[in-house]
Amino acid sequence: MLRRILHMLIKEFLQLRRDKWARFQLIAPPIIQMLIFGYAATFEVNRVSTAIIDFDHSPESRELAARFTGNGRFQIAELAANRNQLGDLIDRSKVAVAIQINPQFAELLRKGQTAPLQVIVDGTNSNTALIAMDYVNQIVTRFGDEYKRDYMNRVAPQYLPFLPAVQMEQRPWYNPDLNSQWFFVPGVIGSLTLVTILNLTAFAIVREREIGTLEQIMVTPIRPIEFILGKTVPFFFVGLAEVALVAVAGTLWFSVPFRGSLLVMLLGSSLFLISVQAVGLLISTLCSTQQQAFASGFFFLTPAFTLSGFAFPIASMPKAMQLLTYLDPLRYYLVILRGIFLKGTGVAVLWPQMFGMALLGAILLAISVMRFHKSLD
Amino acid sequence: MSGNRLIAMARKELIQIRRDPRSLLIALLMPIMQLLLLGYGISLDAKHIPVYAYDQEGSQDSQALLKRFQASEYFNLVTTVDNYPQLADAIDSDRCKLGIVIPFDFSERLRDTGTTAVQAIVDGTDDNTANLAMGYARAVISGFSGEFQRDWLARQGLPVGGGGPPVSVDTRVWFNEDLESRNFFIPGIVALVMALVGALLTSLTVAREWERGTMEQLISTPVTPKEVMFGKLIPYFAIGMLDALLCLVMGVWWFEVPFRGTLFSLFTTTALFLIVVLGVGFMISVGIRSQLGASQIALLVTLLPTSLLSGYAFPIDQMPAPVRAITYLVYSRYYVTILKAIFLKGVGIRALSGPVFALSVYAVAVGWFAMRAFRKTLDQ
Repeated sequence: MLRRILHMLIKEFLQLRRDKWARFQLIAPPIIQMLIFGYAATFEVNRVSTAIIDFDHSPESRELAARFTGNGRFQIAELAANRNQLGDLIDRSKVAVAIQINPQFAELLRKGQTAPLQVIVDGTNSNTALIAMDYVNQIVTRFGDEYKRDYMNRVAPQYLPFLPAVQMEQRPWYNPDLNSQWFFVPGVIGSLTLVTILNLTAFAIVREREIGTLEQIMVTPIRPIEFILGKTVPFFFVGLAEVALVAVAGTLWFSVPFRGSLLVMLLGSSLFLISVQAVGLLISTLCSTQQQAFASGFFFLTPAFTLSGFAFPIASMPKAMQLLTYLDPLRYYLVILRGIFLKGTGVAVLWPQMFGMALLGAILLAISVMRFHKSLD
Repeated sequence: MSGNRLIAMARKELIQIRRDPRSLLIALLMPIMQLLLLGYGISLDAKHIPVYAYDQEGSQDSQALLKRFQASEYFNLVTTVDNYPQLADAIDSDRCKLGIVIPFDFSERLRDTGTTAVQAIVDGTDDNTANLAMGYARAVISGFSGEFQRDWLARQGLPVGGGGPPVSVDTRVWFNEDLESRNFFIPGIVALVMALVGALLTSLTVAREWERGTMEQLISTPVTPKEVMFGKLIPYFAIGMLDALLCLVMGVWWFEVPFRGTLFSLFTTTALFLIVVLGVGFMISVGIRSQLGASQIALLVTLLPTSLLSGYAFPIDQMPAPVRAITYLVYSRYYVTILKAIFLKGVGIRALSGPVFALSVYAVAVGWFAMRAFRKTLDQ
């Protein structure tokens, strides 16, 4: 049996070696994609183009405006002359945030009353808008606090040291600079591997069937299970090599920390590859042409990508969809990858994910083997 | 080019499509499934963020602060813990995203020496959620701080003015008033779906003929390369337009995304985009004769670039300059810009001349290259 599988393996590797496009696809593009996507995937918000219009022209209003200028988060694109121009700038997407300081700003401040600041935000990108609004609030709150302290200092300096205030000390764990790349690089490793290995496995049996070589193989003494193993094992190793390649490129280039153990990484990646190949095999047994396999692969990949938590937090999805994510191998793998890379967690924390992938893989494999037997009859 | 032969070619392709109902079904079901999943599934909004509190003091003041967290719709105060290891464990295993640590001298310092600090420990793994969580936490804490300050000032008999904070921010959100992330994503999802379906439909169409040996039969007929190309693309173009219509209907009626533009501008730009997408798929198919190779390349140039570089989710202006330059090669980026503008801002084609022009250039270039490559492969 082992010898027959070995022969299958040799045949598969030879076939892969002969297909120069499939081979080329495995080395250069993953590294290039890793580098590009590592930079592209970010929800960080910096250099928000902003317009300011100051109707007050007081020292106070100028100071507030200066705080927006001297802050890396905002980039003052325009100093608008009138209200209409402000709206126009937002309309034409020239600026994402427009700030208007009203005529009586300083007067109200000096009277100790609340001076409203008008802010218009382009909500097209809701996430950017939310984060930009938070930055505006931070700047304005600090301005207000300092103004109040300054005011107290003038009217009742003896009370100033006792003015109660609660500050927030922020302590982001695992990613102290909140670097987006640390979050996305592990995700890109998983996504790239998923796309490549799923397609390779899904095509494996279908191609033999479409070209007609499946019958030739079936008249040899090889047994179906040996055939399936021979078809999947090569791509399993190709997958491991791909994970290693992309992970090394990503971690070195983006200096993402690798805090966990290589052994856990190997275990998690193996389970992931097995479950992905199980999906691929299932597609392979369901389809009779490569076109169908390709379409089915796409049909699986796009939701797998969405549901994985690669970019969109699973916790923000509706309950029913959260349940659906358990059918997605990538979902488990991303938790494992981020756990290993950033948190340095081991099997003690990650075992539910590993179990999930193993279970998913086992069920799908069993179905595929059964279907394969049937499709031969 | 002869009309008869063109129609014959298109009919042949149509029959082939009909014989493979599963692929056709996938081409029509995929937009629906994608829109449903993405429309419901993706949201960057963080609400009910699970919070653990570690209240070292347990005073009235500290409880008052925690109550504010409890009352906020952004947080879900799960439980209180008694030590750091418990908190660390909860963050490690994703049971909470935010830990609020109130020091043992919180109210003492607040009442005697003025300023005190509360620690907000946040799981920084997902930087965006972390940023949002910290922003909301800061707002809760400064709300508490402000009120405490005003009460104190009043008790000391100091002038407190109107009782509010010195400056209030009065925010108006334009175009997407409720900041629904769905409204932002759906137009982009339509672009994503169209790009994927297009590649799916055409990228194997020529490779298949080579692999099965039917290409020689085609060559032996009087049909010209141009007729083969257009004949093959016409049926897929029709399917693509049908997909676009499906997406639009679902987006507008099911998800109630505002549609402020005109149908005319939507369909002309969509037709243009489809030509590009189908052309790219055809080019891949011509260039690579093995279906496996063609499918891998099609995945490589469509799935991830469209997802990550088109600006549908990740804002292009935040990318570093070299990557931003690369996005100009990703044809979906133009269509995403166009769709977002048509849906949310309601601008007409004239305001979109830039991206429309870029797509047109792309369409002509792709058509020319595909044609040339196709003719060359036939000569061999």
